[in-house]
Amino acid sequence: MVDATTVRQRAEAFLAEHDPSELSPLDWLRARFDAGLAWVHFPEGLGGLGAPRDLQGVVDQLFRGTPDNNPGRIGIGLGMAAPTILAYGTDEQKRRFLRPLWTGEEIWCQLFSEPGAGSDLAGLATRAVRDGDDWVVDGQKVWTSSAHLARWGILVARHDPDLPKHRGLTYFVCDMEAPGVEVRPLRQITGEAEFNEVFLTGVRLGDDLRLGEVGDGWRVAQTTLMNERVAIGASGSPRRTMMGVFTEAWQAHPELRTHDLHQRALESWVQGEVMRLTGQRLREQLLAGEPGPEGSGMKLLFARHHQEVSALEVEFLREDGLTYDDWTFRRPDGVDFLGRGAGYRYLRAKGNSIEGGTSEILRNIVAERVLGLPAEPRTDVAAPWKDLPR
Amino acid sequence: MTLLYTEVEEELRTAVRDLLADKAPVAAEGENTAAWHGLARDIGVAGLLVPDDLGGAGASAREAAVVLEELGRAVTSVPFLTSSVLATRVLLDAGYADISRLASGEATAALCVSLAASPYRDIPVGVLAEDGGSEPAADGDETGVAGPESVLGAGVSGAGTGLRTGVVSGRFTGVAGALGADLFVVPLDGGRVAVVESGPVRVEPVVSLDVTRPLATVTFDRAPAVVLDGGSVRDALLSAAGLLASEQVGLAEWCLTTTVAYLRERRQFARPVGSFQALKHRLADLWLEVAGARAAARNAADQLAAGGDARVAVAVAAAHCGEVAVRAAEEALQLHGGIGMTWEHPIHLYLKRAKADAIAFGTPGDHRSALAPLVGLPAPE
Repeated sequence: MVDATTVRQRAEAFLAEHDPSELSPLDWLRARFDAGLAWVHFPEGLGGLGAPRDLQGVVDQLFRGTPDNNPGRIGIGLGMAAPTILAYGTDEQKRRFLRPLWTGEEIWCQLFSEPGAGSDLAGLATRAVRDGDDWVVDGQKVWTSSAHLARWGILVARHDPDLPKHRGLTYFVCDMEAPGVEVRPLRQITGEAEFNEVFLTGVRLGDDLRLGEVGDGWRVAQTTLMNERVAIGASGSPRRTMMGVFTEAWQAHPELRTHDLHQRALESWVQGEVMRLTGQRLREQLLAGEPGPEGSGMKLLFARHHQEVSALEVEFLREDGLTYDDWTFRRPDGVDFLGRGAGYRYLRAKGNSIEGGTSEILRNIVAERVLGLPAEPRTDVAAPWKDLPR
Repeated sequence: MTLLYTEVEEELRTAVRDLLADKAPVAAEGENTAAWHGLARDIGVAGLLVPDDLGGAGASAREAAVVLEELGRAVTSVPFLTSSVLATRVLLDAGYADISRLASGEATAALCVSLAASPYRDIPVGVLAEDGGSEPAADGDETGVAGPESVLGAGVSGAGTGLRTGVVSGRFTGVAGALGADLFVVPLDGGRVAVVESGPVRVEPVVSLDVTRPLATVTFDRAPAVVLDGGSVRDALLSAAGLLASEQVGLAEWCLTTTVAYLRERRQFARPVGSFQALKHRLADLWLEVAGARAAARNAADQLAAGGDARVAVAVAAAHCGEVAVRAAEEALQLHGGIGMTWEHPIHLYLKRAKADAIAFGTPGDHRSALAPLVGLPAPE
């Protein structure tokens, strides 16, 4: 097993040989990937060293101030596509996709949700029909962030409507430049369009873009979703927090403080600190392993906390809370939950309990997979998908 | 530091849990002498916080916290928190010479402070007269009040008078662990404490909400005492609050797991009631709260063990765990339906302990208010 000393030596040797000022940022990132210093827990040859996940911190610390891959912009690739490709991709797929994914040359999006398949993802209706060496895909996806920037999408589609819903799914990498892919912005309550609708009409994908076996789509998608919830809920200890933003406002406006708000602010501060400690404990537990259902819990905490604190801030600001910075319909390059004004933060936080699994679905997951409570009786699991009432 | 449990801590937990399964298989009111003897003598928990060279185990707050988790899980009626944690902490601070009696579990001590005392407020103190002196209390019920500055920083004052004797008077209400205690530690003004072992001490039981940790009124009428300089009662209350959080975690976890098990078995409408989403979501929320409580309590224990400034960690743990334990007990009662309301089912013992614990050593609101100046959220003018 590669240890911290080895990782440090490799990183130092790399820095000695590669001067960021002499290379373009992209060349520098490619060289870093090739040296196995991109994500050290990935295998050698795929940007890693086969080292324990927690040794990434050693590299990140040494590489501070060097060109980065703008992780906020390529979060879906890093957090969801990459672990899924690593787990289910062929050697060829891993070689083709992981390097430009990590360097940020190719942006990824997620083609899962549909207008008729939100919480019930396994009920999705986008069809993939085999045609020789290709698949022909028809359907509509929604809530697709970065689709307008993306080179690739991770796609779940139905290859066989005669099978029960979970078994008729297959997972693909969708070529977002293929004919028949149409991306339209979807305006949100914040005024901007972070997300898109994606219409797929007769899109031809080669069989070499299939990820996992035919009919294995549900299982592959679980890997993506578990990583997504961890990415949203437990992404390290951020330097800035929603509570930190509120605290700055509180300190800047002594004249707006009230006893009621003070009590609620302290309650939120405690909740935020408990969330931080819970995440720290969870990371300690998961250091070596993969994210389990406990990660769903972090996302629940995170959503509630963000919503409470951002709501408190709008109320605290009184007259300023009645204003909004800008309703212009625009397409942001990434998402920053803590960015812009208090009104934006309040409205954007509403999405936190919906995106990446609603809080209601996550409570089911905790209740069934962590606590072992029985599932609700269901009638939609065994029947062929095409026979389900819609 | 780690928020997980070390191997040694897990071994200690197993030993305590096995012993309790044997000596205290069902939660019950009234002190469990057999359990205490086993814990104190066989496992040695009474001396956990006492250094090796004073006859103890030289362990830290982290280990004491693990013991408290197990005692909370069983709501066992033993004087660990009151004697081995709270009183022992004060006596160690004050340099009490005979601490090995407490460390062995041969004797127990009670700190004469109300269980409802907050580490952030003044506490009543006893009235001291020097031996044969002419300063009797006006009557047997009189107690003074120590200002904050006279309690904070105790043990570092250069009073330098060392060991003295005197007679102490006062009446202290709401004292936990006093029934059956062998010695009493009485707070005095000037950052001193008096240790009373015999003489005119009256311990009157109070009918208590928490029947597994009954309170008493303790009255001293010119009781002979050894007077010690030092022994910060306020610091001891703060660390007791931080460790009580672990008892609350154990209690909450029992309520959660017991309720989950019941809802998997209990059938209504021809299905286990635990399959209804309305109940599952409540339990999922409770699980999250308990997971948070565990992280906060572990952090407080770890910070107390490290010996630095643990005020934020303690206040966070006390504020959160106090409320979680009450909610867990209340949810357990509701979700058990009718059986939860009966004296026969142990849930009521957990509810009573949880509610009392949420008042002990400062309420959650007291701890949150204490955070205000520490975390950059000053109160309104």
